[in-house]
Amino acid sequence: MRYIPITDDDRRAMMEAIGIKDIDELFADVPAEYKYPELNLPAPMTEMEIMRELDMLAAENANLREFASFLGAGAYHHFVPAIVDTIISRGEFYTAYTPYQPEISQGTLQAAFEYQSMVAALTGMEVVNASHYDGSTAVAEAAIMAVNILRHKRRTIVVSPTLHPQYRQVLRTYVQGMDMKVIGDESHENDFHALIDLCDDDTALVIVQNPDFLGQLHTPQEMQDLADAVHAKGALLAVSTDPIALGILKPPGQYGADIVTAEGQVLGNSLSFGGPYLGIFAFRKKHVRKSSGRLVGETVDMEGKRGYVLTLSTREQHIRREKATSNICSNQALNALAAAAYLAAMGKHGLRKVAELSWHKAHYAAQQINQLDGYEVLMDKPFFKEFVVQCPRPVAEINRYLLEEYGIIGGYDLSRDYPHLGDAMLLCVTEMNTREEIDDLVTALSEAQRPHIHLNLEVSL
Amino acid sequence: MTFDDYIYDLSSPGRTGVDLPEPDVPETPIPEEFLREELPLPELSLPQVTRHYLRLSQKNYAVDKGFYPLGSCTMKYNPKVNEWAARLPGFANIHPLQDSHTVQGAMALMYELQAMIAEIAGFDAVSLQPAAGAHGEFTGVLIMRAAQLARGETQRHKILVPDSAHGTNPASISMAGFTAVEIPSDRDGNVDLDALKAALDDEVIGIMITNPNTLGLFETHIVEVCRLVHEAGGLVYGDGANLNAIMGIVRPGDLGIDVMHFNLHKTFSTPHGGGGPGAGPVGVTAELAPYLPAPIVALNDAGDEYIWHTPEKSIGRIKSFYGNFGVLVRAYTYIKMHGAEGLRQVSETAVLNANYLQARILQMGDYPVPYGHRFCKHETIAQGKIPGAEGVRTLDIAKRLIDYDFHPPTIYFPLIVSEALMIEPTETEDKETLDAFLDALDRIADEARENPELLHEAPHHAPVRRLDEVRAARHPILVRLPDPAT
Repeated sequence: MRYIPITDDDRRAMMEAIGIKDIDELFADVPAEYKYPELNLPAPMTEMEIMRELDMLAAENANLREFASFLGAGAYHHFVPAIVDTIISRGEFYTAYTPYQPEISQGTLQAAFEYQSMVAALTGMEVVNASHYDGSTAVAEAAIMAVNILRHKRRTIVVSPTLHPQYRQVLRTYVQGMDMKVIGDESHENDFHALIDLCDDDTALVIVQNPDFLGQLHTPQEMQDLADAVHAKGALLAVSTDPIALGILKPPGQYGADIVTAEGQVLGNSLSFGGPYLGIFAFRKKHVRKSSGRLVGETVDMEGKRGYVLTLSTREQHIRREKATSNICSNQALNALAAAAYLAAMGKHGLRKVAELSWHKAHYAAQQINQLDGYEVLMDKPFFKEFVVQCPRPVAEINRYLLEEYGIIGGYDLSRDYPHLGDAMLLCVTEMNTREEIDDLVTALSEAQRPHIHLNLEVSL
Repeated sequence: MTFDDYIYDLSSPGRTGVDLPEPDVPETPIPEEFLREELPLPELSLPQVTRHYLRLSQKNYAVDKGFYPLGSCTMKYNPKVNEWAARLPGFANIHPLQDSHTVQGAMALMYELQAMIAEIAGFDAVSLQPAAGAHGEFTGVLIMRAAQLARGETQRHKILVPDSAHGTNPASISMAGFTAVEIPSDRDGNVDLDALKAALDDEVIGIMITNPNTLGLFETHIVEVCRLVHEAGGLVYGDGANLNAIMGIVRPGDLGIDVMHFNLHKTFSTPHGGGGPGAGPVGVTAELAPYLPAPIVALNDAGDEYIWHTPEKSIGRIKSFYGNFGVLVRAYTYIKMHGAEGLRQVSETAVLNANYLQARILQMGDYPVPYGHRFCKHETIAQGKIPGAEGVRTLDIAKRLIDYDFHPPTIYFPLIVSEALMIEPTETEDKETLDAFLDALDRIADEARENPELLHEAPHHAPVRRLDEVRAARHPILVRLPDPAT
């Protein structure tokens, strides 16, 4: 049988050593009436057969190597250099467990320590943990950490309506049993001033996103003013950000954020239909003992040689059990390794270039689209790589036209999460989009607004 | 300088790893006020980056290198076809927010995986959203909470946990706002039924139970435990960490478990990645199905299209998008290659291997086996209490195993066994490897009596010697960046 090296002879010898005549004797304590159920599963396949099936299943999906895409909204199509997959495909990395035995896990540990350091540099923060599950659970963990830092005396979390809608949902799921309140996103009108007004002596944390979910940028000064106001109310500030944007933009660590979270997928991880991704989690050193997740620290061995270990684990579940700062155990180590390899390969110049290209292409696209009759790009604030386009007809219809006629995957339909924007889509442009693709998109949008265009409901791939 | 030095030490101004194209569109100036002054990332060339990570990788132990009998972690072989599958462009390069018409293949895979997991474990519905085992536990406890609230049982706030449980169990209970109440184990390693009965009252939400438990033992009274908890109005959570012992042998859902998570990175062969990513799908009975996190994959009424479905009383979204899809693809591949017969053979062999180790360790006589009077399941617990070597501890034995080129077992867990060595061989090891491991244990016992210093100072043949963990915790250095002045 597949992957089982025990032969019939081995089995006989082992059963003799154990002193049994039948394997069933090893399961004598399993209730007989429930034993050996008939499992209704498909017949087993050989590797050759399963590869054929998987090829066919994969081919049923419109993948971004073949389709131009302007979809972002929390998951992004950025360039991943080949070296990243080479590194994370090393069996020594991906088939290792959590580095519980540091002497034979220095590869994992040093790579994680370097990840922590490079992300600290990127975010401008003092400490970065080894990872959370994704950008959404990192936000939820930030809320719990803030309540812990403030010794449970403050239990309200104020969230901006332009924090990713799914992050707000996950946050609410997480805290439903914790006697905490989440407010702030009741009205789409709630800007920073409104959020500050909502802060009272029960407010533990204010969470905003920059660039926000709608792509808009808040200036470092606006962010610093927000941080000052939040701190003046005795609360903490968490900022969810885009690590690619930090290739050029002033990082949250320089404008007063106490906790910085991000979706780290953009750093060398494939889109992979939503996961596995990478929850980036950075904070101030003074709060380290209230933080959640694994931390790798530098130390020395008994001969004085530099080495790395998991440290400050008295915060964690395997030591503190019900008093732990979080229940997290397995994290996203291999995704963090991909991010580290990506940052090392791109380096200072490469990451800046990616950010600049995204900026220029997104702004070119926005300018072109804004000239089209019937479309209007919201430009009250500067934006980074995403922007909102108000459309002359429902976004679903437009996207169907883009896909069918041009093989373009259009933007995210905002009508459900932000109905006040009307028929609006969130478009994302990165370094992966060529000028030709952008020009096609503009042409397609221009055609799609004409009411006489018949929209076929069938999608053919 | 060598290539495994700290990454910033390899950096030199002006080096670049990856060139990017020049802009093919007119440039738009970026307002000055937004710009950062410094971007303190390293500057490296690709040959340097390659050598750096290759040399780091060589300092790791891994399943691809050798025996990794880490108890409760099920470090089985990670099939390479799984890796191939997850990297297919039609899986790796699809965006989670694409129109569902354009991702029917991915949704079909998820739908079938939901069904296969439900079938293997005996549940009515499955969510694939949780990202890891502990995340699945938290999801399950929130489901129990929601169900008890819906029943009007608002006074319930306690969840029972056997003293052999993983730390994630009580931690997950706390995160849901409840109190964990510890239940002792009896002399046979089962949940103590009298203690359980005494603890069951109308404040109990339910119990979290791992079966087989972390002692590697099947809970002999599991049906009785479920019955008692249900009679008291409680629900039973099953921690699926040890499912590798019972596939095709018994279905947790049939035994009375109401909700359970599965560690795809243990039982279903997806790699652990040096700490993650995992995936922790949750299965539930029909009564609890409406509370599953949203969305799950369903078929439309006509039965010809996969759609996203939000269960009517969903606890909400536990993670963005749908779960660790890349991990799901690997688990799907594994299950489809095994089928019912193959999975049963996996469990039978995993249990055979563990009992072989247990029998031979008992025979050896150097390492007490506290529950050696019973057959174990997927793992066995020994103790690092070698007769005639009283100064030697489990930690020393573990570190000495490294010199014999084995990954040590899990140590000092479960907490209820002193000096525990928790050994889980899995089904993917050959007998020669198991014998070599036993030989090493035997020789280490002799060394412990003859030359204990050898063990105290082990490992001798690892990339580093024993590390100063106290120093790391007292004076934490968690980040190292070059001095901006230099």
